[in-house]
Amino acid sequence: MKVQIEQNDCSCESQCNLSRRNALKLTTGVVLGLAAGLSPILKAEEQGEQSSPAAGDFLADAYAEGAPVALCLNDIKVGAKPIVAYPFNPKTGVLKDDTRLNKILLLRVDAKQISQDFQKNSADGVLAYSGVCTHKGCDITTYDAANDEIVCFCHFSKFQPTSGGEVLGGPATRNLPILPIKLDNETLVVAGTFLSRPGTTS
Amino acid sequence: MKINLKAFLGLLLLVPLIASAGNQAYKPVTDSRLDKPEAENWLSYRGNYAGWGYSDLKQINTKNVKNLKLAWAYSTGMTEGHQSPPMVNNGYMYITTPNNQVIAFEAKTGKELWRYKKTIPEALSQLHPTNRGLALYGDKLYLATTDANLVALDAVTGKVLWTKPVVDWKKGYYMTLAPLAAKGKIMLGSSGGEYGIRGFVAAFDAETGDEVWKTYTIPAPNEPGGDTWPGDTYKTGGGSVWITGSYDRDTNLAYWGVGNAGPWMPDTRAGDNLYANSVLALNVDTGKLEGYHQYHQNDAWDWDEVSAPLLIDVERKGKKIKSLVHAGRNGYLWLLERTKGPINFVDAWPYVTQNVFKSIDPVTGRPTYDPAHTPGTGKTVNFCPSLWGGKDWAPEAYNPQTGLIYIPANNNLCSELTGEPTKYKSGELFIGVAIENILTNVRMTEKSKQSVGEVQAWDVNTGKKVWTHTYPQMNWGPLLTTAGNLVFGGGTNDRLFHAFDATTGKLVWEFPAPSGITGVPSTYEIDGEQYIAVQSGWGVDAERMQGAFNAVLDEKTVVPQGGTLMVFKLEK
Repeated sequence: MKVQIEQNDCSCESQCNLSRRNALKLTTGVVLGLAAGLSPILKAEEQGEQSSPAAGDFLADAYAEGAPVALCLNDIKVGAKPIVAYPFNPKTGVLKDDTRLNKILLLRVDAKQISQDFQKNSADGVLAYSGVCTHKGCDITTYDAANDEIVCFCHFSKFQPTSGGEVLGGPATRNLPILPIKLDNETLVVAGTFLSRPGTTS
Repeated sequence: MKINLKAFLGLLLLVPLIASAGNQAYKPVTDSRLDKPEAENWLSYRGNYAGWGYSDLKQINTKNVKNLKLAWAYSTGMTEGHQSPPMVNNGYMYITTPNNQVIAFEAKTGKELWRYKKTIPEALSQLHPTNRGLALYGDKLYLATTDANLVALDAVTGKVLWTKPVVDWKKGYYMTLAPLAAKGKIMLGSSGGEYGIRGFVAAFDAETGDEVWKTYTIPAPNEPGGDTWPGDTYKTGGGSVWITGSYDRDTNLAYWGVGNAGPWMPDTRAGDNLYANSVLALNVDTGKLEGYHQYHQNDAWDWDEVSAPLLIDVERKGKKIKSLVHAGRNGYLWLLERTKGPINFVDAWPYVTQNVFKSIDPVTGRPTYDPAHTPGTGKTVNFCPSLWGGKDWAPEAYNPQTGLIYIPANNNLCSELTGEPTKYKSGELFIGVAIENILTNVRMTEKSKQSVGEVQAWDVNTGKKVWTHTYPQMNWGPLLTTAGNLVFGGGTNDRLFHAFDATTGKLVWEFPAPSGITGVPSTYEIDGEQYIAVQSGWGVDAERMQGAFNAVLDEKTVVPQGGTLMVFKLEK
């Protein structure tokens, strides 16, 4: 059975407001649930889908309750605390959160700061990186805007988001994998797979 | 004559195994040997059940230690915290490394005999990528892993005998401790207090790996102490077990240190939160809780009481006491009395700068707090010692020759934390303090700009400090003490391995290691020669503290990583 999701209208500033959208999520979930006869929150593993970010996926706040709602450009503020997201298939509403290796760190910088090589992977200053450190697999949630560093809490590995997740310091030896994204109107959309394997090196 | 070819080939295969460690057959490890080990061996995490970190060996002493030279070394190929003691049993040596590996050597020559590598789940997060050693028991070795399995290996061949999942790592449980072996059981506990776990100690049959008992460190509402947790908060109350328990064979009680209550802010779980931040006395046969002492209630500072107490017979004000001694992460040195069950408070006093406790009840040992230094949700406070405490996991040592206990301390250091609301999600960090705050929690005082790390020597009979050696920055060095009147320890970010005169504290020897040393040192003897062994390999919380220092100090220090096992002996 094909499931239709109520697509978020990112062109509407008010609907892109996270606090208001949190209230809308339950509604969306109910619509999905009624339409599909399924639990409002669908899992990739339950649907037999390949559970990794793929081109065309939308991104949803990993910590929001209810059915996934697409994140918009305006949800990601320049220099603000990053948002941890999971990808989801907009056609099925399937949230790909069955492995933490799918965690995505969304942050936004001044687009001019992003090095030329990685401009094509970003969307109006928004960058998407693996939310799992390449050192020992810890969750990464911190962006130090003043120093342009993504910092891992566990062991202080540091990565530069404007240079493709290049290692700046700490014990990590491998770049933080970048996930290409683009905009569809104002909606953040995955534009491909991770450019390198997410997860630990050893 | 008819020859059974299969049997003959089988015998041939056995020959190198038996002969692999200096032609000695492997000597099974028994309870008696673990309790009173031969001086020439190092059979358990701290060398004996009492947790002393002491050896009767004295060939290497204060007079000749200057001639201590590297006998052999081995690069593990691993990064991160190499913390396990080299364990030795009649010619066989074993170390563990980060990523759940075990390497066996010929202890005299350093010849590698075999290596075990556990496959790590791809999605595993290792907040503490380390392992603190094995349990040696019978003819087997036991490894507790960061993906929460108990693995039994053949001590001679390294063959995997069985692997038992202990608990679900996807929910934030992980293990880094060396198991405790006694009375046919292998005992261990789980970490994960920052992920909303419910801590426990469990025992497994040494032969089969079947679980014999499991005792939660955080009681349910219908259990004694359960009323110290509001609602369902006990389910995510933390209470990690980080370190091997000590064991009193006379009473059959094992003593385990219990970690912080979770999440960190105390107002999220109003009450004493038993048995977080406590020592537990567990019956080894049944797991029954026979006694406890909570070092501090309703923790607000991430002061896990990580280490198990040392079992020491002391004489205090004319009275002989079978004691439990513990250098608390809360900055107090605790002297308790162990009995056939209950644990009695005797005395406690600060051994580092501490501005939280306003008083200690002289009968119960219960502290009262200064609210100005007690964090809470939506509240920012400064407190000392820092969240890593006066002493973290690095074990203290006791020398019966000097009567002194030696503490690897961090003094003069403070933290500043702001509590914030948090919500539990299985397998995710559940702390209640912003990560950015934790990364920059350290607050330097004028004193801590001069020195932080210390090795302290205390006379527990008198409660007097006998000597202190200070380091410019941190000390994460587990200690070894010997009948040669020596104390060994690393722990500093200058990569030095130090030896002190155990009586006076005089620095008598140093060696620059390839990386910083947070490994537990051990000592052993083969063919009349004494060896000192330790792993270098900086990482985990030492690395984390260095990062916090770098965040607030102008001077940045980078300590190189990479594991090396170093074995020293006297130059002839």
